[in-house]
Amino acid sequence: MMPLILILIGIMVLCLIRVWLGPTIADRMVAVDMFAIIVVGITGLLSLLFNREFLIDIALAWIFLAFIGTIALAKYLEKRRFDD
Amino acid sequence: MIEKIGFIIIYIGIAFDFFGILGLLRFPDVYNRLQASTKCVTLGTCGIMFGVFLIGLARGMPSLAVKALIALPLIFLTVATGSHALARGAHKFGIKLWEKSVCDKYKEDKGDK
Repeated sequence: MMPLILILIGIMVLCLIRVWLGPTIADRMVAVDMFAIIVVGITGLLSLLFNREFLIDIALAWIFLAFIGTIALAKYLEKRRFDD
Repeated sequence: MIEKIGFIIIYIGIAFDFFGILGLLRFPDVYNRLQASTKCVTLGTCGIMFGVFLIGLARGMPSLAVKALIALPLIFLTVATGSHALARGAHKFGIKLWEKSVCDKYKEDKGDK
C-alpha cells in the first residue's frame, strides 16, 4: 500500500509543476482542482493502510471542499476581464 | 480473491491519474488541459475508491466500504460540474484559444444573440 501512496504523491508533484508554470490564472485553477481530487484518492488509500475508518470521512469532506473552491473561483473569473 | 481484484482496480486507477496529469502538463491550451485532465482524473480516482470499497469488503470493514461507495457519485457529479463552470468562466474571462484550434461554438452562440 505504501508504494502506491508514494506514486500518488509523485503525481501531485507533477501537478504542482503546472501550478508553478501556468501562464494564465485558469491553468493554475485546473491544476489545483486536480490536486484536490488526487488528495481524495490518497486519503482512501491511507484509511486502508492504517485500518482506520474515520479517514474516509475526510475524503468525503474534501470532495465538497474542492467543489466549492472551484465554483467560487469560476464565479470570480466570470466577473472580470483579461485586461484588468 | 476480492482483495486481489481491488488491488488491480487501484493500479488501473493510478495509471489513469498519471495519464491525466501528463495531459495537464503537455497540452497547449486551458480548454485542452481541462478536457484531458478532468476526465482521466475523475475515472482514476473513482477506480481508486472502488478498489477501496472491494478491499474494505474483503477485510470486514463495512462502514469504510459503504463510505467509499458513496464517494463515487459525489466525485462524478462535483468534478464534472466544477470543470464546466471553470471552462465557462475562462471563456468569459477572455482567455484566447490555441492558435491552431478549429472552431469556437460558444463564441458563435453568443454572437447570435
